[in-house]
Amino acid sequence: MASLKDMRNRIASVKATRKITKAMQMVAAAKLRRAQEAATAARPYAERMASVLGSLASKVADKNGASPLLVGTGKDQVHLLIVMTAERGLCGGFNSNIAKLARADANRLIAAGKTVKILTVGRKGADNLKRDLGRNIVERKDFQGVRQLTFAHAEGIANRVLEMFEAGEFDIATLYFSEFKSVIAQKPTALQLIPATVTEAAGEAKGGAGAVHEYEPSEEEVLGFLLSRNISTQIFRGLLENSASFYGAQMSAMDNATRNAGDMINKLTIKYNRQRQANITKELIEIISGAEAL
Amino acid sequence: MAGTFRFELVSPERVLLSVDADQVVVPGAEGDFAVLAGHAPVISTLRPGVLDVTAGSVRKRLFVKSGFVEVDPSRLTILAERAYDVEELTAASLAEELKTAEAELAAAKDDAARRMADTLVGELRRLSARAA
Repeated sequence: MASLKDMRNRIASVKATRKITKAMQMVAAAKLRRAQEAATAARPYAERMASVLGSLASKVADKNGASPLLVGTGKDQVHLLIVMTAERGLCGGFNSNIAKLARADANRLIAAGKTVKILTVGRKGADNLKRDLGRNIVERKDFQGVRQLTFAHAEGIANRVLEMFEAGEFDIATLYFSEFKSVIAQKPTALQLIPATVTEAAGEAKGGAGAVHEYEPSEEEVLGFLLSRNISTQIFRGLLENSASFYGAQMSAMDNATRNAGDMINKLTIKYNRQRQANITKELIEIISGAEAL
Repeated sequence: MAGTFRFELVSPERVLLSVDADQVVVPGAEGDFAVLAGHAPVISTLRPGVLDVTAGSVRKRLFVKSGFVEVDPSRLTILAERAYDVEELTAASLAEELKTAEAELAAAKDDAARRMADTLVGELRRLSARAA
């Protein structure tokens, strides 16, 4: 049986924990707002890019000489999985959900006899996948200590991916990140980067507007330019969505933790008071029965 | 004169500029071209250079570093990876840009990349000469 002093210490420590989780929740909420703003601000660029790419790709797609970034290398032997996670934990199942999705796909591909290469972005994903897929990790990128994600970060990753693609190190690239649905819902998502997935709907909407564009220098060159830009844009979008999701996940995890700590304090306080009463009663009985015996 | 059109300069991070412009001179890959309202639809890539925006009595000059432009009769959208207001460019930031550009030029593997980097270095040199 824990002594009263022990219980007092325990309550004090849980209270301290609650203060910390409360503070973390508020910090996450503030950062979430900023991350959401960044994600919203980045949307116009990605949308324009997608619509132009869509209308162009539907025109050029049937030509044989189209860029391998669009039509693929014609093989699907080597897969590159780009797994994006956060740098830090304390965010519920955020990192492990992404890793779980990537791991399931990787195992499925390996079972089908394909070669799997993994590029991790963010420390947590690498840590998570290291144990069973460590041999498949070809590269890891960390953004530790980066305060504000900029397009340059995405470009850095994109350039590396393009380099590997040109060197023929993989045939298909897929991006794993967490899509930001709302503060409480983040959905781990897989998005195929190479060959590019072109949304036909975007292309049609564009065509429906009746705009027939002239292309300078030429359709193929513009398309080639766009396709390589598209990689960094998609990666950038993934990074932003991920960071918004991360803060969302962290916020709800910390909210839960704060609530749990509150419950625990209530329970411990009740137990403490009962124990204290029991002690007093016991002492009283001892005194009274001692007096009666006289 | 057909009046104004919507001009938007968008970077991956945010919308940098959105104004009703009278005329914009765009540094296209195949040469500069001026866009007025009612311009025929064109999609073109950009080379590094200076955008000249005229909106009413305001003139703005912006330096853009690669990207592409989409022209519609009533709208002009420029997607640029990086853009700076020429007025805000300082000698120091120019020198820094120039250094990275020169490094890019040295590292360029194929002709297209080399040409791109070369134009960039040239433009930056011209700008810094004017700023000095």
